[in-house]
Amino acid sequence: MDNTQTIKLQDTAVEATQRLTGKEAIIKCLLAEGVDTLYGYPGGAIMPVYDELYKYQDKLHHVLTRHEQGATHAAQGYARVSGRVGVAIATSGPGATNLITGIADAQIDSTPMVCITGQVASHLLGSDAFQETDIIGISTPVTKWNYQITKASEIPEVMAKAFYIAKSGRPGPVLIDITKDAQFEEFDFAYKKCTAVRSYKPVPKLNPEALQAAAEEINNAKKPMIVWGQGVILGKAEEEFKAVVEKSGVPAAWTILGVSAIPTDHPLNVGMVGMHGNYAPNLLTNECDVLIAIGMRFDDRVTGDLNTYAKQAKVIHFEIDPAEVNKNVTADIAVLGNSKETLAALLPLLEEKKHTEWLNRFKELYQVEFDKIIKDDITPEKEGLTMGEVLEGINKVSKGDAVIVSDVGQHQMIACRYAKFNQSKSNVTSGGLGTMGFALPAAIGAKMGAPERPVVAIIGDGGYQMTIQELGTIFQTKVPVKIVVLNNDFLGMVRQWQQLFFDRRYASTELINPDFVAIAKGYYIDAKRVSKREDLAGAIEEMLASDGPYFLEVTVEKEDNVFPMIPTGASVSDIRLE
Amino acid sequence: MSEIKTYTVSIYTENNIGLLNRISAIFQRRKINIESLNTSISEIEGVSRFTIVINLTEERMKKIIGQLEKQVEVIKAFYHTDEETIFLETCLFKIKSDLLFEERQIQNIIKESSARIVTVNKEFFVLEKAGRRSEIELLYRELSAFGIMQFVRSGRISVTKDEMKISKMLAEFAE
Repeated sequence: MDNTQTIKLQDTAVEATQRLTGKEAIIKCLLAEGVDTLYGYPGGAIMPVYDELYKYQDKLHHVLTRHEQGATHAAQGYARVSGRVGVAIATSGPGATNLITGIADAQIDSTPMVCITGQVASHLLGSDAFQETDIIGISTPVTKWNYQITKASEIPEVMAKAFYIAKSGRPGPVLIDITKDAQFEEFDFAYKKCTAVRSYKPVPKLNPEALQAAAEEINNAKKPMIVWGQGVILGKAEEEFKAVVEKSGVPAAWTILGVSAIPTDHPLNVGMVGMHGNYAPNLLTNECDVLIAIGMRFDDRVTGDLNTYAKQAKVIHFEIDPAEVNKNVTADIAVLGNSKETLAALLPLLEEKKHTEWLNRFKELYQVEFDKIIKDDITPEKEGLTMGEVLEGINKVSKGDAVIVSDVGQHQMIACRYAKFNQSKSNVTSGGLGTMGFALPAAIGAKMGAPERPVVAIIGDGGYQMTIQELGTIFQTKVPVKIVVLNNDFLGMVRQWQQLFFDRRYASTELINPDFVAIAKGYYIDAKRVSKREDLAGAIEEMLASDGPYFLEVTVEKEDNVFPMIPTGASVSDIRLE
Repeated sequence: MSEIKTYTVSIYTENNIGLLNRISAIFQRRKINIESLNTSISEIEGVSRFTIVINLTEERMKKIIGQLEKQVEVIKAFYHTDEETIFLETCLFKIKSDLLFEERQIQNIIKESSARIVTVNKEFFVLEKAGRRSEIELLYRELSAFGIMQFVRSGRISVTKDEMKISKMLAEFAE
């Protein structure tokens, strides 16, 4: 194919033409895109590129993870806190297939990532050569774009396009597969950043009429409610969003990936929607008169039963991806565009309002939830430690300034419910895909993406063991991540479902666990186990005060459940408090 | 829910390797059967055109169009009902040449169906027929009685009665 057709080239070349090999060109492309860190694992088909990485060690920090899946999650963690493109690199065959979980995760959570895989030499393609897999075929459904390079001359334009596609519009993962012969081939290299692709429209045009109609609905609403998602963060629209919320006086709830776009304790922040979200925003979704969805996609974990979701409300959907409009919930008004642009344009059209009475409804229902659930979660009186009090303990020391990286399961819901956030890009979790094993490697990337901030990984004893080998990466790089394992010796969320919906038949959810502290110490990481309340606060302080990486295991109550809960397929207003 | 209809999807794309896989995966993932598929060049140089026939509700059809257009290398996707398009399929029959002379009826069938003889040699002749699915199926049934050595039918190709403003879109991009 002729790739040059699809790229509108800028006139300014980063560097004048020079004679390079493909492998060096790849490094030059990464540097031209501002990459400083990449995560990966070497192997036969990518060895030429690694040979170049050796030469460029002063400019490009390559982090050797202990598994390629860890490389993708680390790249995701890096991308999520920094807003930059995460880069992962692996060899062909199993190296490439091991990336797939992370790529699928980045796709569903709209994380900008470029994955580079080595491939067998082009003359061997299709011959079932050693470590050959059709990674383009395999990755197609879970990438925003992918491409196989078989000639070195393709490298600059394809790499430029990869970065442009990964980060523009609704971000996502891009995979570039490069045959070994293309890595060795010499060609005349010149790099031009990609700024447009003919067939690709990353940001739809803002329709002023739709915006006007949206503003009128918001201005006339008596009981309006905002549900915002990661689109606010990805659009770098936090300031515009805060201004819209404050001027309109509309109570605003968040999805699991939207949290931290405005501070947790903002007076108009009414909490999390969805399966284990807060009582008030879930219940009042089915009472509001105008539902303003901003940069969110009405995931089934957010909406519950669609047939009973916000049927009474006019729905206004601010969204960058046209395919999301009317996909799950029909919008009465859709305002397409980048959130930064649409919210900035919306602001002057809004009337200043205070919905005091309506906001009080949220406060009253919060009190109900507090008395029934939150109080016992964060300040329990029972003997066993709760996950909630660990989060509360972290909040007290971090004051809401930490990046919280959570894995998947009960502890994730507790972390997202109770973690305090003062600044944006602070919550890193696997939302859409629910990838156990995400947190430990993602925390490595998060700490490297935001080195000035404390990064605390909250992980369950199940998910921890899915990528536990990344302790080796932490040890080797000395990246000072704080790892908290909330150990209940169960796959807690599955066990909770078994208890509630499968008559307590705990099929394969009980874990006989190793000595996690000994394992951490085996990697020369400072480690401590806490199982008594009186030791918890001190241990958290010690952990956050330590200079290096730190592992803290907290033995929590074995059979605690996460509430509130909207059972699968139930209506958001059927949210259960017990 | 709205009724299931036959839709012809026209997708204008870049001509890139792997795009067929990406497009078919959108249908496969939702367990939607592709009734017929054709790819060709389009009226615009360098732009490919997919013509895909599927049966589903309009509500789902619209969502599929959204997913198709979301693909980086898809320029634009459209869907149309049969009434909104001019469409046909084409087919080839390979039949023993003896039959052409021994069975008078075959000559009548060929004449009535407006099928065209592409080639004749000692062993076989090849018959080509373009038209609606029902016409092709009728011809198939009629010729089956005499024995068909080989049969193949193409995917649907179609043009729309309405304009699809791809050239204008591409011109806008070039500006």
